[in-house]
Amino acid sequence: MFGPLIVKPQKSQGVKTGAWRVQSRPHFLQKNCIACKMCLLVCPEHCIYGDEKNTYGTDYNYCKGCGLCVKVCPKQDIEMVEETGENN
Amino acid sequence: MKTNPLFKPGHTACAGCGQAIAARLVIEAAGPNTIVANSTGCLEVFTTAYPETAWNVPWIHSLFENSAAVASGIEAALKYQGKKDTTNVIAQGGDGGTADIGLQALSGMLERGHDILYVCYDNESYMNTGIQRSGLTPFGMNTTTTPVGSLSMGNPNPKKPLPEICAAHGIPYVATASAAYFQDLQRKVKKALSIKGPKYIQVHVPCPLGWRHESNLTLDVARLAVDTGLYPLVEYESGVLSGRRQIVPKPVEEYLKVQARFKHLLKNPDEIKKIQEIADNNIKKYGLKVEAAPQA
Repeated sequence: MFGPLIVKPQKSQGVKTGAWRVQSRPHFLQKNCIACKMCLLVCPEHCIYGDEKNTYGTDYNYCKGCGLCVKVCPKQDIEMVEETGENN
Repeated sequence: MKTNPLFKPGHTACAGCGQAIAARLVIEAAGPNTIVANSTGCLEVFTTAYPETAWNVPWIHSLFENSAAVASGIEAALKYQGKKDTTNVIAQGGDGGTADIGLQALSGMLERGHDILYVCYDNESYMNTGIQRSGLTPFGMNTTTTPVGSLSMGNPNPKKPLPEICAAHGIPYVATASAAYFQDLQRKVKKALSIKGPKYIQVHVPCPLGWRHESNLTLDVARLAVDTGLYPLVEYESGVLSGRRQIVPKPVEEYLKVQARFKHLLKNPDEIKKIQEIADNNIKKYGLKVEAAPQA
């Protein structure tokens, strides 16, 4: 009925905040990317990865769908798409 | 995402949180040899909901008012051990924990000359407990303790000039920064950590929940605050103004109309005039204005 009363302290990567997304999620087109790293710098979750052109993506386990990366991309290479509930 | 970041994903900040952006930029600029003392507030709550922590550096939380005092103790201990030269000490807190509750501990830290960087994340209210007015709340903001009504136009008091108060202590470095200017913020943190003695940086961080704007507008709102002159980006060295970001001033309406916390002002030109006056005073005081580039 109850969980363990004493739990072991751990890193926050166990909390899958991706479940918070409700309407839309960012989709990385990986076509016109110039590797300016703005999306990586702006992400409040720090869940965007990639280092060369057209290699950027986000970890949907943590992405809360705030849309800041879409707004900051100078090449409009990220777009908001409807949330489907799948994790990739 | 790096394999072992200093500020990990999985924290429970709201979508589009400006504080989460700024906190990550600050700790990445400071590097792994850093000890952080955090006061109570949003940052402490969303990064360290027990049993998880988002921090990959030594981190301590004590009380609302004493992050500066705790950091002073850490610095003194490091000095005794002879490790201070290789370790940075950062004390950080929100605007309430800095300007209201923690002001005397902060002042004491500055006065005693500890080698600590104090970072204040200024989201302009007590956001964690539900948007109550703090000392750094700007004039006219609708908060739960200064609600808007027939006799009230929001917060009646001006924002506390905390950077000036810190600079008046004669400390080596004081700066204001914004979550929207990443490189400027990281440069200021690196510069501060290269200086010995007490340092203070105040970072303007939008809060989509409390300021009531869309979560994807965080950066635009932070930029508009700088561009209208309401949040001047300045640097003081040993109490003397040494740097500022110059702007082509925009009217304050552009900043006010994207946030529902100022919605009541839009129907009231007199109140907007008062806020424009605050911006104009800032522009004059710090010499922020630069003429627009001629159109080609």
